[in-house]
Amino acid sequence: MTRRALPLYATIAIFLLAFFLCWLQFPFILSTRVIGNLLTDNAYLGIVAVGMTLVILSGGIDLSVGSVIAFSGVFIAVMLRDTGLHPLAVFALLLAITTGFGAAMGVLIHRLAMPPFIVTLAGMFLARGAAYMLSIQSVPIQHPFYDVLQDAYWLMLGKGRLTLIGVLMLLSVALGMVIAHRTRFGISVYALGGGEQTARLMGVRQGRTIMLVYAYSGLMAGLSGIVFSVYTGSGYSLATVGTELTAIAAVVIGGTLLTGGAGYMFGTLVGVLTMGLIQTYIVFDGSLSSWWTKIVIGVLLLVFILLQKALLRLTRGSFSGEAG
Amino acid sequence: MVLSIRSLTKSFPGTRALDAVDFDLAAGEVHALLGENGAGKSTLIKCLTGAYRRDGGEMVLDGQHIDPRSTVEAQDLGIGTVYQEVNLLPNLTVAQNLIFGREPRRFGLIDAATTRRAAREMLARYGLKIDVDRDLGSYSVAIQQIIAIARAVALSGKVLILDEPTASLDAREVEMVFDVVRGLRADGLGIVFVSHFLDQVFDLSDRVTVLRNGRKIVTAATADLSRVALIEHMLGRELEDEVETQSAEEPDADRPAFLRFEGYGRSGVVAPFDLGIAQGEVVGLAGLLGSGRTETAEMIFGVRPAQTGSARDMDGPLKLSSPAAAIAEGFGFAPEDRKTDGIVADLSIRENIILALQARRGWARPIGRAEQNRLAEDYIRRLDIRTTSREKPVGELSGGNQQKVVLARWLAMNPRFLILDEPTRGIDVGAHAEILRLIHELTEAGMAVMVISSEIDELVAVADRVIVLRDRSHVAELTGPRVTGDEIMRAIASEATDRRGQVPA
Repeated sequence: MTRRALPLYATIAIFLLAFFLCWLQFPFILSTRVIGNLLTDNAYLGIVAVGMTLVILSGGIDLSVGSVIAFSGVFIAVMLRDTGLHPLAVFALLLAITTGFGAAMGVLIHRLAMPPFIVTLAGMFLARGAAYMLSIQSVPIQHPFYDVLQDAYWLMLGKGRLTLIGVLMLLSVALGMVIAHRTRFGISVYALGGGEQTARLMGVRQGRTIMLVYAYSGLMAGLSGIVFSVYTGSGYSLATVGTELTAIAAVVIGGTLLTGGAGYMFGTLVGVLTMGLIQTYIVFDGSLSSWWTKIVIGVLLLVFILLQKALLRLTRGSFSGEAG
Repeated sequence: MVLSIRSLTKSFPGTRALDAVDFDLAAGEVHALLGENGAGKSTLIKCLTGAYRRDGGEMVLDGQHIDPRSTVEAQDLGIGTVYQEVNLLPNLTVAQNLIFGREPRRFGLIDAATTRRAAREMLARYGLKIDVDRDLGSYSVAIQQIIAIARAVALSGKVLILDEPTASLDAREVEMVFDVVRGLRADGLGIVFVSHFLDQVFDLSDRVTVLRNGRKIVTAATADLSRVALIEHMLGRELEDEVETQSAEEPDADRPAFLRFEGYGRSGVVAPFDLGIAQGEVVGLAGLLGSGRTETAEMIFGVRPAQTGSARDMDGPLKLSSPAAAIAEGFGFAPEDRKTDGIVADLSIRENIILALQARRGWARPIGRAEQNRLAEDYIRRLDIRTTSREKPVGELSGGNQQKVVLARWLAMNPRFLILDEPTRGIDVGAHAEILRLIHELTEAGMAVMVISSEIDELVAVADRVIVLRDRSHVAELTGPRVTGDEIMRAIASEATDRRGQVPA
C-alpha cells in the first residue's frame, strides 16, 4: 500500500529468497544453531547499525563508529587491567564517554553548519588515535565477570544458543524501532531527513535533534564496543577498521534511503542478517574465498540503490501525472 | 479588525523595502495583497510571520501588540502561513504532517490510532476523505495545499496568509482550494491572499491592497476597482498620459522573419503561440509578473523545452531542446537574476566574458591567454565597463557594469538572437540608458533581440514590436505606431475575451 514500505518488503523478500536457496543446498542451515550463531556473530554490527539508521534517516552520516568500537574495546581492556573497577562501572563510564563524543559531534555539525561527513571523519581519526594512545598491542581481557558474560546463553530447541550479546542486539533493534517510529524525537528525525528548511518551519528543534541523533549513534557504538569485547575477549586498537562502512551498507540494504527521510529500523536488522547469511553460506560451502562476501554485498548494495532510484522516479512520475 | 498594521517600516542595506505601510484585516474577509516584484509584498509577509524583524511601526492582533521573532512564534500567536511551495514533508504520512508537534501520547509513546482519528476529523471539515496513512507526497499538489491550509488553521486559527497558493495548480484544482478558503472565510478567519493572477483576485477577495516600491498605494473594496484601475495602481502609471514618443521608426512591414515559432508551447507553462522575428528587430515581451514572460524566454532557450509546435529559420527546423542546443543555434539568454544565474561573482571580468565562448569551443581548443585579454579589453572598451582592471572579480562591480559583463559574454559568442530578461533591473539611470543604446547598436548590426521588461516605458523606448502576455498566454501583438504605453496597458488590463488558455492545463 504505502510506497515507502516497498524497499523494506524487497529486503525481507531477498533475505527469505537467499535463505531458501541456501536451505536447498544445505538443509542444516535452517536450524537454531545456525540462526543463534548468525545473531551472535553479527551482534556488534547490528547494534551499531541501529544507531547508524537513525543518523542516516536524519540525512546525516556517522563515519566515526568503527573507530569508537575499537576505542571501546581497548578502553575496557586497559581499565580492567590497570584499575580495580568492576566491568559494569567501566561500561557505564565508557557509554558516557562515547555518548558525549557523539553529542559533541552533533553540536559541531549543527553550530558550524558543517557537513556530517567531515565532522565524523575527524571523529573517526580522533577515536582511532585515542585507542592507539591507550595501547597499540592487543590487550586480553581476563575478568571472571567476562567469563560469565561470554557463557551466558539460553539453549533453544535444537541445541541452538541464543547468547546474551545476540539478545542485546535484538533488544537494541526493538528499542530503535520504538524511538524511530513511536516518539516525537523519531518523527523529528524523519522530518529533518525529509527537508531541513521545512522541518524548521514545522517547529523541529534542529540543534537538539541533531545532537541527540549523534549522541544516540555514539551510545550504540559504545554498546557495540562492549559487545565486541565480549565477543573477542580482548581490546585491539586495529580492530573493526571499516565497520562504519559495513554498517552503512547494512542500513542501505535494509531499505533506508541514503539521503534520509525514509526507511525502517526493522529493515536494518534484516540487512544485517542478510549480510551475515552470505558469510555463513561461504563458510558452509568451504571452497569459496571469503572475498565473495564483499562481492555479493557490493551487488546487493547496487541493487538497492537502483531500486530506490526507480521508486523515486515512480513517485515523481505520479506527481507530474496528477499535476499536469 | 483582527489584525491591524500601522506604519510598518523595514529597510535593507541600500533599499527601503517597506515605508510606513498600513494594512488592516477584518475577521471573515479575504484581503488580497498585490504588487509587482520588489513592491514589498513578501517583506510585509515576512515581518508578519516573524521571518524578519521590523524596523518600525506596530502590529496589533486581536488588540494585542505583537512582535513575532520566528514563524513558530507567529503560529502560536495565531498567524498561519501557506506558501506556494507546499511546506510540508512528503516523506511523512498525511496524519503525521497534520499532527506534527502535537502528537497525542500514551505512556510517552505516540498513540498512532488517536493521531489517525484526529487527522481524519481535521480533514472532514474540508470535505476531504483520503487515506491519512499514505505519504503526503503521493497526493496531488492541490490536496497537499489543502492539507497545508488545514494544518495552518489548526495551529493558528486567527489569521491565514496564503502566499501564492495556486501558482502550480490547474483551474479545477484552484477552484477546489478556493472552496476551502471560502469556507474558512465564512467561519470568521481573516485571510491574506497574495496572487499574481488577477482573475483569482477578483474571484476570491473582498478587499485589495496594492503596494508599490515599498509604499501602500491603495486599499479598496474589490467590487469598487476595475481591472484597469488595479493595474494602474500596480504599475504606477495612468493610461491617459502619453509619456514616451515612440522611438522606433516605422518598421518595414515586409521585413522577412528569419526565426519563426509556430504553435510553440508547453503545457502548464505557456500556451502555444506563433511568433516571427526579423533580423535587426527588437521584440518586447510585456505583462504582469507571473504572466509567462520569463517562461516564454526559457522555453525558446531550451531551459524548459517546448512540448508542442516547431521552431525554424530560413534553412530549416531548429533544435532547441536544451540551452546547449540553443547556443549552438546561435541563441543567447541573459537571465533576470544575474546574481544567481548570470555572473560568476568570484571570477574576473575576463573569465566571465570568455566563459560561454570557451564552453562552445569545448575543452580541447582552449582560448589562448592573449586572445582572452584581447577579447576582454575589447568589450570593456566597447561596452564602457567601468573597472580598474580586466582581472577584477565581477562581484565587485556595480549592478550596471555586471549587466554589461553578462552582455559582453553573449556578444563574444556573436549570437544572431539574444534574449534579455529584465536587462535594466536594479541598475542606475545612467547605465540604464547605456544598455538601451547598446541594444540599438546590436540590432543595427543585424542581431535580433528579445527584451522582457516590467517597465512599460522601457519597452516603448526600445522595442519595434511588443507581445503582451496575460495568464501564460500571448494575448496581443502591438506593432509600429501601436507600440505605446497606453496600448500596452490596455492589452494587459483588457478582460480576456477568449479564455481558452487561462491557466493552460
